[in-house]
Amino acid sequence: MTCHSHFKSLAIAAAVALPLSGLSIYSPALAQQTVKIGSVLSVTGPASFLGEPEDKTLRMYVDKINAVGGVAGKKIELVIYDDGGDANKARTFATRLIEDDKVAAMVGGSTTGTTMAMIPVFEEAQVPFISLAGAIEVVDPVRKFIFKTPHTDKMACEKIFENLKQRNFTKVAMISGTDGFGASMRAQCVKVAPTYGVQIVAEETYGPRDSDMTAQLTKIKGVAGVQAVVNPGFGQGPAIVTRNYAQLGMSATPLYQSHGVASKSFIELAGPAAEGVRLPAAALLVGDKLPDGDPQKKVVVDYKQTFEATAKQPVSTFGGHAYDGLYIMVEAMKRANSTDAKKVRDEIEKTKGFVGTGGIVTMSPTDHLGLDLSAFRMLEVKGGDWTLLPPGT
Amino acid sequence: MPEFFQFLVSGLTIGAVYALVALGFTLVYNASDVVNFAQGEFVMLGGMVTVFAHAAGVPLPLAALVAVIVSVVLGLSLYWLAIAPARGASAVSLIIITIGASILLRGAAQIVFDKQFHKLPAFSGDTPVQMLGAAVQPQSFWVIGGTAVMVLLLYVFLERTLLGKAVLATSANRFAARLVGINTTTIMALAFGGSAAIGGVAGILITPITLTSYDVGTLLALKGFAAAMLGGMGNPLGAVAGGLLLGLLEAFGAGYISSTYKDAFAFIVILAVLFAAPQGLFGRRTIERV
Repeated sequence: MTCHSHFKSLAIAAAVALPLSGLSIYSPALAQQTVKIGSVLSVTGPASFLGEPEDKTLRMYVDKINAVGGVAGKKIELVIYDDGGDANKARTFATRLIEDDKVAAMVGGSTTGTTMAMIPVFEEAQVPFISLAGAIEVVDPVRKFIFKTPHTDKMACEKIFENLKQRNFTKVAMISGTDGFGASMRAQCVKVAPTYGVQIVAEETYGPRDSDMTAQLTKIKGVAGVQAVVNPGFGQGPAIVTRNYAQLGMSATPLYQSHGVASKSFIELAGPAAEGVRLPAAALLVGDKLPDGDPQKKVVVDYKQTFEATAKQPVSTFGGHAYDGLYIMVEAMKRANSTDAKKVRDEIEKTKGFVGTGGIVTMSPTDHLGLDLSAFRMLEVKGGDWTLLPPGT
Repeated sequence: MPEFFQFLVSGLTIGAVYALVALGFTLVYNASDVVNFAQGEFVMLGGMVTVFAHAAGVPLPLAALVAVIVSVVLGLSLYWLAIAPARGASAVSLIIITIGASILLRGAAQIVFDKQFHKLPAFSGDTPVQMLGAAVQPQSFWVIGGTAVMVLLLYVFLERTLLGKAVLATSANRFAARLVGINTTTIMALAFGGSAAIGGVAGILITPITLTSYDVGTLLALKGFAAAMLGGMGNPLGAVAGGLLLGLLEAFGAGYISSTYKDAFAFIVILAVLFAAPQGLFGRRTIERV
């Protein structure tokens, strides 16, 4: 504690002494030319598959924006910290962004855990914060300075059930992962199922690291009247479920996966067993297959090309969330023609018809996400690739 | 009834996976009383090296051989670079060293390979075999057969060869073993290399079923360790029995009780067994002279 206060007094001494030195003459001038946008991402650690593409996307596009003169007459200075997936670290970095870096805005927070830990810091400092985390808790209840870009698991459930309803399926079985993603989506699905007249007649779970799900699927197979099976899950689990599903000869019953598996590696891992599997996913995944008239086509194709050319790795929806967050923020700053936190916040809330990689965003004082079900496309795996399902099938 | 056989087959397949991992613990434990917590990482290496070598165009059998060689080289390096310099330290210190090594290997794999999941093609196709109403993946036979072969080899080696007897002697009393002219350093190195090879082979056999990634070893090591404890640490047959029992407990627990509590169910049974028989099902009762 004493050590800490020593540092504090040193810092104060330095702050007092600095204006006397020659260096300080330049710093106010510099501060006027740049606007600081902060970010705390899980670039390393267990959630690095989220944070890594987000980090690359932010750096890539901030450079692009600066190359054409920045925003509201200022260049963007990006300050990124890596929380390693740890919510405690995220909170410390959030405080540092506010107190030391004095950022004007924040685009970041890879996971729901880190985002929830950082929310109080930004709410208290009244700095706009666009989160890249999935869970609906981030924007429900609505907090004045907190926004988010990724669609929620509730929307994924609704999209799946909408499709089930179109096919007149009412009795479904669920097999969910017990990890955060699977458990949260399972709960949302159970909640919205009655709205779509869907009855969940069997429910099984599996651990996120389990390597065989035949026991659970055999049980589902034994339940009479199951018309479809829904698998909320993430990572390799759904791929194993899909393989075991085919192994047990259950493929006659349609299998629905979630947006959690929406990457090419799912098809690779599940192999031929993935044929016929349906899932809701963002347009980014099928950018080149979208019809030319699709409003999102240009954005997603451009983003995919830019990302893949610069990062030399396949595009993921997670990086897309960072793209959307950055541009919603930058456009709000442009409209406000200012980087004042409160003006920017008001403009973010007025975002209307913003075409992003995740969908078309129209926010309101009661909706800080601004996406509807059209953000999801229903896909089916055919011939080892995604195909867009025409509406109504 | 077909349900019963399906659960049985599932249980035996996962059980054989755990048994293979448990088997890897056995050799090092026999030679040095050390539980090598990096064992799971050798399983990961076996799978990952094969996947990447295969993806680079190397035929599968050759890729598998490369993977086993890489595992053995790393197993030997683990011994020479980390365990041997700390000789004289207590078993607990050595165990902690192996935990450190496992974190290092996992981190290195994350950089050398990547963070994605990968698969290998099944050795003899993906068409499930129908048996008594249960659908069995052909790869399950490879895993179960591979486990059987390795147990047999290990058993013959430990019980029927001079070198194997030397391993057992080193385990029983390192000082006395050295007095009768056994080079205990070589024996220990051999044990680490051998267990790395077992881990590597296990990784290759199970990857077509379980898929693999840089961190797949953590849970496998945990389950394998539980299986080894259940069967009796240090006994190859015990490792297999423990592994199969753990797998069957999980499958029947998930099938007949609740999939939510299947891990809890398995671990409760393990606790109960260890409470009644602390040395495990087939473990030697240790007698310490005071």
